[in-house]
Amino acid sequence: MLLELKDVHVHYGKVEALKGISITVDEGEIVTLIGANGAGKTTTLKTISGVRPVTSGSVTFRGDNITSLPGHRRVERGLSQAPEGRGIFPGMTVVENLEMGAYARRGSQRKEVPADFERVYQLFPRLAERRSQMGGTLSGGEQQMLAIGRALMARPQVLLLDEPSMGLAPKLVSQIFQIIREISAQGTTILLVEQNAVQALSLAHRAYVLESGLVVRSADAHSLLDDESVRAAYLGGAVGSGGSGGSGGSGGS
Amino acid sequence: MSPLAKLRGAMARARRAMPDIVGPVGRRWERLSQWQRRPFYVLALAIAVLAPANSVGRIMAPASDWKTILFNPIGVYILLALGLNVVVGLAGLLDLGYVAFFAVGAYTMATLATHRHWSFWLVLPIGIILAAFAGVILGAPTLRLRGDYLAIVTLGFGEIVRRIAINTNSLGGPRGISGIPHPPSIGHVKALTYGVLDPKPYYYLLLAMIVLVIFVGRRLERSRVGRSWQAVREDEDVAELMGVPSFKFKLWAFAIGASIGGMCGVIFASKQIAITPDNFPFLLSVLILAAVVLGGSGNIPGVILGAFLVAWLPEYLRDASFGKFVVRQVHHVLPRAGSFSDLRVLIFGGALVVMMIFRPEGLLPSRKRRAELAEGQGGMGSLGGTVVVPPPEESK
Repeated sequence: MLLELKDVHVHYGKVEALKGISITVDEGEIVTLIGANGAGKTTTLKTISGVRPVTSGSVTFRGDNITSLPGHRRVERGLSQAPEGRGIFPGMTVVENLEMGAYARRGSQRKEVPADFERVYQLFPRLAERRSQMGGTLSGGEQQMLAIGRALMARPQVLLLDEPSMGLAPKLVSQIFQIIREISAQGTTILLVEQNAVQALSLAHRAYVLESGLVVRSADAHSLLDDESVRAAYLGGAVGSGGSGGSGGSGGS
Repeated sequence: MSPLAKLRGAMARARRAMPDIVGPVGRRWERLSQWQRRPFYVLALAIAVLAPANSVGRIMAPASDWKTILFNPIGVYILLALGLNVVVGLAGLLDLGYVAFFAVGAYTMATLATHRHWSFWLVLPIGIILAAFAGVILGAPTLRLRGDYLAIVTLGFGEIVRRIAINTNSLGGPRGISGIPHPPSIGHVKALTYGVLDPKPYYYLLLAMIVLVIFVGRRLERSRVGRSWQAVREDEDVAELMGVPSFKFKLWAFAIGASIGGMCGVIFASKQIAITPDNFPFLLSVLILAAVVLGGSGNIPGVILGAFLVAWLPEYLRDASFGKFVVRQVHHVLPRAGSFSDLRVLIFGGALVVMMIFRPEGLLPSRKRRAELAEGQGGMGSLGGTVVVPPPEESK
């Protein structure tokens, strides 16, 4: 098992955001967390990347307990995140943003950085065109590509993606999901948080459904896609017929 | 439309109507190579070296002693502003108590030189180290705070240091410390003979430190440290996600900024003969911050320009006919407003408000700073607060 959360509780002040979440991610998988606003999806990712401290429970990565490891040390271990809202550095160029992604790689690891630049430019030719443009002046889609590319520059074992479809037009969303599939095929394990449940479920191997800080379902992604109750709650109503997935993408804001 | 929205619209229109003079020049400057820039550096240094000349003084300060003004406030403000720029401009931390480090340096010099008769050159590094230490002491518990909260705590710290000076007998209490010796003279060169009358040698000492700070500052800015600061300034959480130990780098910024303030304090005390707690008011922290923001925080030439204007303009306007005119006009409205030096704070306040409307990025901003501000990120452009901007438009 590559990544494991065991009975994780997280508080924002007195409010309990995660009420005992247990999740596992195996090597090579695409796992998705779906659920409504405020279910705790983003908090779960933040807990894994170390930006949010846990109240109790444990986070294990590659067999090591990293629960109390500060966020910046987890990047070195191989966890890297494209944060919610993209988090592009507005005053840095595309190249500088990508370079920041490789920040944690030092010493002998630096040798492979140029190759990773090439890899990112191959995945996102758009970024290659915009190399010297300031991050803040990119369009939303380009920023999302940059956020994913930047996370890849850390050469992560597990890539954490927080709502990559947020605020993007449908055409661009399917393009981004296509690229996520490609990244997975190249051997990176992916943990994906999405509101766009249809897209996420058709991409992922396994899925967890979160509801107010708890895992209420965990199953094979395709079986959830066909599940009546899940459809009703997250995929835009149980109209019956199976093919109306398009309306389901509740493009979060 | 609400009145506030109307005002915002009017401000945006006014901003667009302003001609952009600095932008094109700045872009051309950025295209120059290191070698092509060198003549400009030499020119700037030559101007600084020749600045104390009497002929310059007749234009810049017709009615007062130009050389004295050139040391304090101009030189002192520039060095302090460069130090504060590390904290505010590079790391994006709002420090409202910067004067505390200036005071630590000055009191180090005053105490060690009068009680222990240590030489200026020995005290200088000690003052720098003690100020850096004070920066760490302030920073370690407080740098987990952000924006406005950090500003409030630093403001308190500045006041605490002043209060300690007032209430500690061994530091002279409210009367301060007098009889501080001058630095020993170097050889028999007139420009390096430190006495009571001639401010020029002190100015050159300050100038040497300013050049050193600029040199080190540039190096830092372009290093891994500088990039880490930029990341923290633009988005601290994301910086952490990239692997930047943000707390460590914020602490470094505090320590380096403080050490420059301390350095300035040691030199200040060695010229001043006597210092009192009144030399280190809260207002000085505000003026230095105003200099940094006014000039273009994060950009060294901008910061120097800002500090120069904040220091020199009040001195100049006190005697100039324009200054007298302003005072007369204000007296029509506020008969008891006092002299120009009393009014300068009011005028600065007004000027800063106008600046924030028309050029929130400062007179000479860096390209990065502009992009950050356009994005509405915190950083110092918004003075540590987070500017609320409408979410980015639906992208194609």
